[in-house]
Formats: sequence, structure tokens, C-alpha cells
Amino acid sequence: MYLTQEQQKILDGEKGEIMAKVMKTLVMYGDAFEAEKMVPVTSKYNHLVTSFGLGVMSPVYDLMQQLIDAGVVSGQQFSVDPRPLDKNVPKNLLQSLVFNKFMYNKQDFYEGQLKSLGLMNEDAFTCACYMDQVGNKPRKGDILSWAESSAVVYANSVLGARCNRNSGIVDIMGSIVGYVPYFGLLTDEGRKASWVIDVQTTKKPEAQLLGSAIGMKVMEDVPFIRGLDKWLGTELDDEACTYLKDFGAATASNGAVGLYHIENLTPEAVEMGKSLIKEGARVYVIDDAELERVKNDYPMIWKNPDAKPKLCFMGCPHMSLQQLKDWTDKVEKGLKDAGNKKVVIPTVFTAPPAVIKEFEKTPYAERLKATGVILSYICPLMYMNNPLCAKMPVITSSNKLRTYTTARYYTDGEILIQITKGGK
Amino acid sequence: MREFKGRVVTPGSVTAKAVVTKNGFNTLASLQKALQFGDKTATCNDQNNPDLYGKKLAGNILCLPQTIGSTTGGLVLYCATAMHRQPAAMLFSNHIDSLAAAGAVLADVWVEDASMPVIDCLGDEFLDYVKDGMNITVTEDGRVIVE
Repeated sequence: MYLTQEQQKILDGEKGEIMAKVMKTLVMYGDAFEAEKMVPVTSKYNHLVTSFGLGVMSPVYDLMQQLIDAGVVSGQQFSVDPRPLDKNVPKNLLQSLVFNKFMYNKQDFYEGQLKSLGLMNEDAFTCACYMDQVGNKPRKGDILSWAESSAVVYANSVLGARCNRNSGIVDIMGSIVGYVPYFGLLTDEGRKASWVIDVQTTKKPEAQLLGSAIGMKVMEDVPFIRGLDKWLGTELDDEACTYLKDFGAATASNGAVGLYHIENLTPEAVEMGKSLIKEGARVYVIDDAELERVKNDYPMIWKNPDAKPKLCFMGCPHMSLQQLKDWTDKVEKGLKDAGNKKVVIPTVFTAPPAVIKEFEKTPYAERLKATGVILSYICPLMYMNNPLCAKMPVITSSNKLRTYTTARYYTDGEILIQITKGGK
Repeated sequence: MREFKGRVVTPGSVTAKAVVTKNGFNTLASLQKALQFGDKTATCNDQNNPDLYGKKLAGNILCLPQTIGSTTGGLVLYCATAMHRQPAAMLFSNHIDSLAAAGAVLADVWVEDASMPVIDCLGDEFLDYVKDGMNITVTEDGRVIVE
């Protein structure tokens, strides 16, 4: 890899041993992809994936402390994934004890480290940092050093920024040095599609299911998706962006998609059209039957498939302001139709802290509260990943949560019926 | 016995038994539970991966096409190595992906008392040939001997 004089000096230790190790990490990372050079990070803010103070992940905190002790901190401020704990989310005494005293006993310590390293603010804990209320929204063409699969795929696809699927720890290292290796999704060639997806469904496909199907098929390749503009339109309005947020998260977690193009909708597809498709690209046709097949193939991992759900999580990735308002309307109507006053399954909606603050300024907040739905900033995935919660029958419409935990996937419509009507 | 030649991502030599997945290896889903709850054998907990679910990963050579899933993947591999619960080596049939590369490099640069050789570009034929339990020897120059 070609390094500038400045970059070479850092690698040679002119800015200290720890900074040299950070640069060595980035150079080796780039060498794995035959990166020819490093390019400057141009976004205003960074985004980190590691938000959790898990006691057993001490190697992460030890490494972060080496950076802090050496004064090797980020020139960029950053947002970070959601917190793993929220006292408002239902848990029993044992769970509470295990979460606070054992699992996440490094949370306060780690949040202190994040502040030292450049955390944007106290509300900057969300996987959906690109929402207006959070304020970490890169510009088209910006070079990022982000991690968090759902945020990376959104930034690349919907915003037109350029970011590889960086890992946690590497995310902050690119930001510290101010450069990232130039390969993959940073390059024009790397942003071309090697799959064409033909959406031929007879109704608007469920975002999380369509994303899952595509992710499992194309893995880390770039798909060019035709036929979805019929359902989403050709404007990146709030509804389309919300759909693409959930769709993208499923492509990234059920596969390894870092960028997708939607014909006539996403910025590069609008600009360049079919010229984004590589010669010899493979084709995957998705119709109603294929989506049904994908859904039916999800493994059933509840010990008792007929167990009554004890908890429902919505908002992985975090919900938008409009989503919260829409779901308030839906839940109210569902309850009215069922003759119920409150949700019949304990239900948690999750959203960024800054979105929750905005939501609470609207009349919807009281209405949602009246339905019994709990609003939280928590990361459902972090809440679920322990043996106590793993045994609980939890339902969700998040395909990301389904992938990483024992939560069972239902479509949005099915979830609404479950939480408002239950077994009626 | 067959010998394959790949590209060295992080060097090292080791001999151990193979565990094989034809599907993408979801690092977080596979290893998170093992790391969180003191499972020194790093038993795979990814319900979506029937090739590996319930199998011991620590100390075995993981043969795979690529890793998938959460961008915590690299730091999970780094932590597994620092905690001495990593696979003995990782052998990729495809070109390595960015998350696995990050994990391999973080482990190589920042962990001093453990290692995890990583070889990629071994080809589809490698993954077709290798089966669970086969003995594999990995050499410093990227040769992989399967018997």
C-alpha cells in the first residue's frame, strides 16, 4: 500500500507506539484487500458499534484504555449503538440482578471511556444515528469509518456515503488516524451490483422479510433491486426511508450486505441506472411464494412452539418518529377492534433517545402510554442475549433480532394482532 | 491427503481437526454466548447454521466461505483470541471479508500471548473436500494439508 510521508511516519512510531499500532492495524486491514492507498475520513461524525459494558469483554476495554492512556483519541466525535440496559423494560428480580451485577457490570466504566474518546452527547446511543433528531447524517460522497451493519448499509445505500463494513474497534481506529484504507465499497467498482433482484410480489413486500431473503442469497455482494419502486415510489420520503432502514438491517444481518441499489429510488441508482449492474450479474426473482418459503424456513427454536409470548420487541433497528406515530395509531385501532384497553403481551418499542424526546412532545406519547406499550432506548439484542431471556418466548418483527437471539419473527401485521388481540 | 495453497492474511502454523461450514459464519451469533458465559470450548450458538450449531470451535480449525452478520464480528474474534477461545485457525475458501479481516488483524497486532493463523482464497474445491474431523496442518507460507 502506498503511504504518504505523514502516514509512514505514524507507522514508524513518530506519534508514539500505540498510534503506530493503530496505523499498523489499518495498513494490515487494507493489505488484506490489496488497498492501494489510504483516503481521508470526511464525515463530520463517526459511529461506533460497541456500546455495551459486558464484564467478560475486558480485552475491548483494555485496548480502549491503552488508547486513552496514550492520548490517542478520536479527532471526530461519534455516536454509538444503543445502551443494553433500561429500567423501564420489564425484567424479573433475577434478570435485574444478573444484568446489573454480572453481565453489564462494566457499563458505567465503559461509558466513561466513550466520553474520553469523543462521544457526541448523552443521547448519542442508537443504531439509527442517521435520523434527523440524532444529527449524525453523513453527506453523499462522505468517506466514513463507521461500524454497525444496519447504519453502514443505510449510509451507503440511502445517503450515498461511502463506508466499508468495518468491525468494532477498527471503526474508531480509522477515525483516530483520520484515514481509512481505500477498497471495497469506497471505490466506484466496489459499488457495482453483481446481483439483480426482480421483485414480482403482488403486494408491498414486508421490509424485514424481503431484506432477509436478499441477504441470505447475495451474502456480501451488492444487489440492484428492480420492481420495488412500484411499492415505495421514486422519492426518498420518510416512509421510504423507514422501509429501507428495516429492509437494509435485514440484508446486513441475515447476510452481509453493505450496499444495495433500488432502481429509480436510491441516489446512485437514480444517477447511474442500469450501468451499476456488472456484466454477468446473477438474477434472483422474489415473488409471494419465495417470501413465504423464506419465512417458513426460519428454524423454530422455542422449546414449546405454542408457548404464549411473554414479551414483544419492536424497533431493531430503532424506530423513527413517524414509525412511533403510525404504530400508536395501529395499536389503538387494534385494541379498539379487539375490545381491549391495553396490549395483551408486554410490548416494548425502541427508538433513539433523541427521537423519544421529540415523540414525548407530541400528543401521541400519552396515547401510546395508554395502550400499555413501553417506550425505551434499549438495544433489544443486548437485552435478549443471555440464558435468562433466551428461554423466554419473545416475539418481534425484526429479522436482525431473530437472527441473533431466540426471538421469533412475525410480520408487522401478525405482531399487531398478537399484541392487541392475543389468542382471540 | 490433499494440499491446498491459499493467501496468508495473518501467519502461523498449527495442526488441528477441522470443523466445516458451507454457509457464512455469523461470528456474533456463533460466539457471543460462549464469550459471555465462560464456555471455554466456544460452542457455536448460531441457530441458523446447521453445519456448526452445537459444535466446539475453540482449538479446532474453522473452514468456511466467509463470515456474515454484525459488525461486532471483528472485535468478537479479537476477544475470543485474547481470551484463548479462538479457533486454532480460520481457512476461507473465498476472499476474506472485511469483518473477519479486522478480527484477524486485531488479534495479530494487539494480542501477544495467542495467535490465530488465517488463510483465504483456498477455493471452492477446498470446502468441497474438507470434512468435520479431518486433520489439517497449516504452514506459515499458506499451505493447507488435509488428511
